[in-house]
Amino acid sequence: MDEHTLPAADTSPAASEFNPVDDEAELTKLHPNYVHALRLQAMLTSIPVLIGGLIFEGAIVEETPIPGGLVLGVLVLLSLAFIIRLPARRFAARGYQMSADRLRVVRGILWNSDTVVPFGRVQHIDLDQGPIERFFGLGTLTLHTAGSHNASVHLPGLEHSLASDMREEIRAHIKRESM
Amino acid sequence: MSEAELPNTPARGAASVPVVRHSEDMPVAADGSEQKRTEPLSVALGLLGSIQNAIIPVLLVAFSNRGEGYALIAGLGIGAVIVIFGGFFSYLRWRKLTYTVREQDIRVESGVISRTARSVPFERIQDVSLEQKLLPRLFGLVAVKFETGAGGGEDLSLAYLTEDEGERLRQVVRERRESRDSAAQVADGEEAPPVTKEEPAQTLFAMDQRRVLTFGLFNFSLAVVAVLAGFTQQFDFLLPFDLWDFDAWEERLVGQSDMLAALGPSAQIAGGVIAALSLIALGIATGLIRTSLREWSFLLERTPRGFRRRRGLLTKTDVVMPIHRVQGIKIGTRFIRYRFGWHGLKFISLAQDAGAANHDVAPFAKLSEIEPIVVEAGFHMPGEDAEWHRASENYRTDSMIVDSVFFIIAAMVAGTALSIFAPEWFVPVVLILIGLAVVSAAAALYSWQFKRHALDSTQIMARSGVFSPSSQIATRLKLHSVEISRGPIAQRRGYASLHFGLAGGEFSIPGIPVERARAVRKAVLETIAATDFSQLENV
Repeated sequence: MDEHTLPAADTSPAASEFNPVDDEAELTKLHPNYVHALRLQAMLTSIPVLIGGLIFEGAIVEETPIPGGLVLGVLVLLSLAFIIRLPARRFAARGYQMSADRLRVVRGILWNSDTVVPFGRVQHIDLDQGPIERFFGLGTLTLHTAGSHNASVHLPGLEHSLASDMREEIRAHIKRESM
Repeated sequence: MSEAELPNTPARGAASVPVVRHSEDMPVAADGSEQKRTEPLSVALGLLGSIQNAIIPVLLVAFSNRGEGYALIAGLGIGAVIVIFGGFFSYLRWRKLTYTVREQDIRVESGVISRTARSVPFERIQDVSLEQKLLPRLFGLVAVKFETGAGGGEDLSLAYLTEDEGERLRQVVRERRESRDSAAQVADGEEAPPVTKEEPAQTLFAMDQRRVLTFGLFNFSLAVVAVLAGFTQQFDFLLPFDLWDFDAWEERLVGQSDMLAALGPSAQIAGGVIAALSLIALGIATGLIRTSLREWSFLLERTPRGFRRRRGLLTKTDVVMPIHRVQGIKIGTRFIRYRFGWHGLKFISLAQDAGAANHDVAPFAKLSEIEPIVVEAGFHMPGEDAEWHRASENYRTDSMIVDSVFFIIAAMVAGTALSIFAPEWFVPVVLILIGLAVVSAAAALYSWQFKRHALDSTQIMARSGVFSPSSQIATRLKLHSVEISRGPIAQRRGYASLHFGLAGGEFSIPGIPVERARAVRKAVLETIAATDFSQLENV
């Protein structure tokens, strides 16, 4: 529709040194291990709920008109969906795209967000690895910007070596401050 | 060794805090620069402050037993202890705080029990703000604040110095910075500007007494009533009578309660009108006083270094904001003042202005007065040829539904309940709720027309508001990230919200068509990616 009428940007000659970038191009998928990591995390989260259900069945259910096993059954079904189905969908919804001068991070099933951070605005870079991530050889790359919104943009589920390569590449783009 | 402690952080720009603190034994200034203390009179001011602090505890203790003799004495005793301790500590603090203006930085050493040395490099000091509250002003003292753009309470400040010393420090900081700037510019092969001692200033905006009073009229506020009510509720035990006994009040005011009834309904109506009028008078008076205290002799100047704003009647403030720190601007207004053509201009930046996130630069001005300030800050008002785009029509429909659905559900719930328990209320309650639903849907429909955004070669602009339009403008270059976000409804209906990463503020455009959002993002990113963050200050 109206994108053709957009006024051209006031760009300095430096802009031409960058390759043309397509922000709508195909996303790179995260490492397949990330689904397993998400599942493990979901499993750990649902354990307390299931224990709660067991306690309910064992201690309280006799005093209520609820048929035995119903609560636990529903909880088990929900947990299974939470552990098997949801991580797969979350994994499918996530992705990133690394271009010459920017990183695009897409995430979210219901609340989808599609963020682009130009390397020139990155303040500092974190590479984190939690215990589950370490087990699966993954890492989380975090870009920090000076903006109040999106002050830190997280990209989880990268193979750790790839994440550290990406960090080096982004770091190389950040020009040294000339003082 | 003191040189080795100088912060050597690369401090890539605004988000990092350019202040380094170290807690350790004090090294005495090695380079021979003079260690100074703040003015001895600060101790007296600290003492006055602790007297102020003592008043409420003294009152509480003295009157808690309704004025029995020993309670009064106990209260005074506690007050004396508070004042003595306060005065003693304020003396200790004064005695232990020294500041040194050194070659590269300002060093402040303080702390009674644990010592802290804080060093702020001149390079990181944007400018020096001076603040004069009423009491220090009587003594000719100022609080000096070194603006580093760190935001929050992290900025270094010295309270209190003489006015001359404050002005001298400001001058020193400027000179040190200027010599560095000009050196850097020479290195860049540019001509260094002449270093001038007196800063030539050009007045951008000023408010005379008449303007301030007009502003005050529009700042009608009943906050004082709420504060008074809260205060009396909190401290009613101090009063010798029961505040909440209305019969007693009536008797006290009119003598006999049947006298009021005897005067008839017209007198009661007159009483109501008088009460309403006095409330309005109180609101206007509050507005006038509060506004005058804050905005008196408002003066905004353009100095070579940025904007300088002075204002205040009892508490005088003198704030400087470098131009490159301005990330975006906001032009807002309110329902009534908009009818008279008054608007307010604020700057968005990482620095804070007396606790508020944005800097007031022209709180009450005509658009024709605002425009030159906007231009001076490196922005421009949207031109006639600006291409305004509206939010998506699907967004309009959805927000009408979402805004009214609350009342519709409430109508259904209340309707069901009432038809069972109180059928006589069914019709009025359900009608009112449905009416509210219709009104909020209509409001969403109407306000959609006023939500617009435009993109030109350097700026992005957004406007909203039905009865009091407000607009926000940001430089494309000074944005830090762009996000397209879509909720569950938006994904199915083909619209999205654009969020921009703006230092010190929020900038988002809700409900625009996805293709438009992508096009805007593409255009903005092109501008952002062309310039590195470290070059932003020089733009």
